[in-house]
Amino acid sequence: MTTTTTAALVPLLPFLGAVGGLLAGRRAPGLVRPLAVLPTAVAAVLAVVVAWRQGGGAPLEAAARLTPTGSVPVDLALHLDGFAVLVAVLVGAVATCVQVYSTAYLRDDLRYPSYAALVSLFTSAMLLVVYSGDLMVLLVGWEVMGICSYFLVGHYWETEAARAASLKAFLVTKAGDVPFLIGVFALAADAGTFRIDGIVTTAASGGLAHPTLDALLLLAGVAGKSAQFPLHTWLPDAMAGPTPVSALIHAATMVAAGVYLVARLLPVLAASTAAMVVLAVMAAVTMVGSGLAALAQDDVKRVLAYSTVGQLGYMTGALAVGDRGAAVFHLLSHGAFKALLFLAAGVVIHAAGTNSLAATARAGGLARRAPDAYWTMTVALLALAAIPPFSGFFSKEAVLGAAEHAARGQADGIPCAAGWLVLAAGLATAVLTAGYATRLWLMAFRGRGPEAADHGREPRAMTAVLWLLLVPTLGLGLAAWKLPDWFDGHSLAPAATTSLLGTGCALAGALVVLTAWRRVHARAARTPMGAVAADPEAAPAVSEEEAIATHEAAYGSVAGAQDPADPGRLLLGPLHRHAAAGFHLDAVVRALVVRPVLGAARLARFLDREVVEGYVRGAGTAPGLLGAAVRRAQTGNTQTYLGVLFAGSAVLAVAAVLVASGA
Amino acid sequence: MHLVYPAVLAALLFCTGLYGVLARRNAVLVLLSVELMLNAVNLNLVAFDVWLRDELHAGQALTLFTIAIAAAEIGIGLAIVLLVHRNRGTADIDRLRDLREDANDPDANAPRPAGGDAARGEKAEAAA
Repeated sequence: MTTTTTAALVPLLPFLGAVGGLLAGRRAPGLVRPLAVLPTAVAAVLAVVVAWRQGGGAPLEAAARLTPTGSVPVDLALHLDGFAVLVAVLVGAVATCVQVYSTAYLRDDLRYPSYAALVSLFTSAMLLVVYSGDLMVLLVGWEVMGICSYFLVGHYWETEAARAASLKAFLVTKAGDVPFLIGVFALAADAGTFRIDGIVTTAASGGLAHPTLDALLLLAGVAGKSAQFPLHTWLPDAMAGPTPVSALIHAATMVAAGVYLVARLLPVLAASTAAMVVLAVMAAVTMVGSGLAALAQDDVKRVLAYSTVGQLGYMTGALAVGDRGAAVFHLLSHGAFKALLFLAAGVVIHAAGTNSLAATARAGGLARRAPDAYWTMTVALLALAAIPPFSGFFSKEAVLGAAEHAARGQADGIPCAAGWLVLAAGLATAVLTAGYATRLWLMAFRGRGPEAADHGREPRAMTAVLWLLLVPTLGLGLAAWKLPDWFDGHSLAPAATTSLLGTGCALAGALVVLTAWRRVHARAARTPMGAVAADPEAAPAVSEEEAIATHEAAYGSVAGAQDPADPGRLLLGPLHRHAAAGFHLDAVVRALVVRPVLGAARLARFLDREVVEGYVRGAGTAPGLLGAAVRRAQTGNTQTYLGVLFAGSAVLAVAAVLVASGA
Repeated sequence: MHLVYPAVLAALLFCTGLYGVLARRNAVLVLLSVELMLNAVNLNLVAFDVWLRDELHAGQALTLFTIAIAAAEIGIGLAIVLLVHRNRGTADIDRLRDLREDANDPDANAPRPAGGDAARGEKAEAAA
C-alpha cells in the first residue's frame, strides 16, 4: 500500500465502523463493541504508519477531482506534512483510548451502540480535517464534528443540563462557523482554489484583496471551535456530557481543530498584522480569564474544561507570535495529558460518587481506593502545571520561548506588543494553572472525612487506558529536540530564561494554593456538605449522570459551591463569585444576543398570530356571519320560499321593463 | 275575437293559481293551483299562435307538450302527496318543515357527540 492509500484509509475506517455500528446496533449487540474499538484502533495504527513513512519530509500531496464544481474546483485532496501526520496520530490514539474506556464506562447504557457509532463518526471527521488539503472537504469534517458534538454532549438527554448544554454548544460554535464559511469563500474567491497550499501560496505572495477581513472571519470560526474568548462559554457547559466524550471532543481533538487550522493557514493570518494582534489579545484574555474561572469551579470536569480553554489559549498565543511549531507541540502534549486527566476524572467521579470538589474534600481515602487514577492524575496535573520534566513543561516552554522571541522583535512581521502580551499573559497563566491544578489535586485526593460508598474495583478497561496515556504525558517532552525536523525547523527546546521564569511562576502558584489550603482546610469539618450518588452495581456513567443532574440542587449552582473550606474562595476573595459564573459572560450574551433575538421572535409571533392570521381568520369569519344571517331565512316552509321567489322575479321583471323602456 | 279577452282570462287564471300556490295549505290544492298556472300559459300560447297566424303552429304544438308534461308531473306529484299523507297523516304544507334551519342550533350540520341521538330518534319516529 502506498502512503496515500494508507492515509485515505485512516479517516475511512472509523467512518465504516460508525455506519456498521449504527446498522448492527440493535440486531447484533455482540458486534457493537468490536465495531467501535477495532476500526479506530486500526486507524490509529495506520496513522502511525503514515507518520513513519512521511517522516517529517516534504509534504505529500494527492488529489482526486470527482466532478466539476463550477468556477472554483473542489478536490478530494490529501495534504500530509509533519503537522498533519502527528496530529492524526494523537487523534487516533486518544480516540482508541476513549473507545476502550467507554466499553466499561457505559457498559449498561441503552444508547451505547449509537454513542459508540457517533464517537467513531466524530473520529473519522477529525481525521478528515487533519488530513484534508482542501478547505471545502475540511469544512465537511468540521461540521460533522459539530453535529456529533451536539449529539454526544446531549447523551444524558434526560437531564435538563445536558439538553441545554448540547444546544448551547451547537449554537455557539455555529455562531463562529457562519463567519468562518464566509471567510473560506472570500479566500477561495481571491486564490481561485479551495486547496490549502494554493491559498497559502496566494497569501504569501500578497494576492489577497482583504487580508485583515479574511483573517478576522476565519478567527471567528476558530474562536467558536477552539473555545476562545468570547465564544468559549459552551465548553464548560459541555461537561454535562459523559466523561469519555469530554476527554475526546472537548480536550484532545475537536477543540484542537481550530488551532490546527490556524496553524495550517498561518501565512494567511500573518499577512495582516491587525489579525495577529487580535489573535494575541484573544489568547491573552482567554488564558487569564479561564485560569481565574478554573480556580472557582466546584465540578471536577468544569475545572478541567476551563483549563482546556486556557491551554488552547497558549496554543493561539503561540500562533499569534507566528510559531506554529510550538502551538502544535503544545497541542500534542496537551491532547495526551488532558485526555488522561479527563479519563482519570471519570474514575474519580465514579469512585467518589460525586463530581463536586467540595464533597471530595470532605471524604477521605479516595487516593487509596482509586490508586490508578490517583497516580496518573498526579502526573498529568504536574504536566498541566508545567513542572519539569513532564511533557507540559517542554511544550509550554516552547510557547513562552516563541513569545519571548517575538517580544524581542526577532520574529518576522510580528509586532513586539503581541509578543509581550502573550509572554505576560502566559506567565500569569502559569501561576494560575499551577494554582488550580494544586487545588484540584488537594481537594480531590487529600480530603479528610468519612469514606464515600464503595464502588468496588474500577473496571480494567478504564484503568489500563490511564497507564497507556501516561506514557506520552511522561515522555513527549523529549520530542522537543526531534519535532523541529517535522515542523518548520524553529527550535522548540526550552531556553534558560523562560524555563526559570515559567517554572518559578508555577511553583509560586502551587505554593500559594497549598498555603491557603492549610489555612482553610480545617473549616471543612465544621461545614458539612455534599451529595453522593452511590450505585455500586451500575455502570460508572450512572453515577456521573446522577451527579450532574443533582449538582445544582445540592450546591446551589452548576459551577460553584458555597464552600468556606475552598482555597480558591480565599485566594479570589470577592472575585470568586464572578469567576465561578465565568465572569458573567453568559449574562452579557443573554442581554446582548438572547434577549433581542427572543424579542424579535415575539414580535414575529405577534405579527403572524395577530396581524397576518387576523386577515386569514377574518376571511373565514365574515362568510360565516353572513351564512348565519342567511340561514334564518330557511324556515322550511315551501310557500315562503315560493313567495320570495315570486317577489324577486317580479322585481327583476319590473327592472327589465324599466331598463328596456329606457327610463 | 280580440286578443285581449284570452289574455285577460289567462292573467286571471295565472293569478288565481299563484294565489293558490302561495296561500293554500293542502298539498293537493297547491298542485291543482300549479295546474291552473300551467293552463293559463297554455291559453296564452294558443291565443298568440292564432293571433300571429303562425304557419307552423308552434304555439299549439308547445301546448300539447305542456299538457303531456303536466299530466306526468301531476301523476308524480299526487303520488308524492299520497305517500306523505300515508306516512304523516297530513298533507299540510305548513307542517312539512323537516328541512328548516334551526336558528337556536347554528352547528346543526356539524357532527354532534351528544344530543344528536335525540334529534335522530325524532326523525326516525317521523319517518315511521
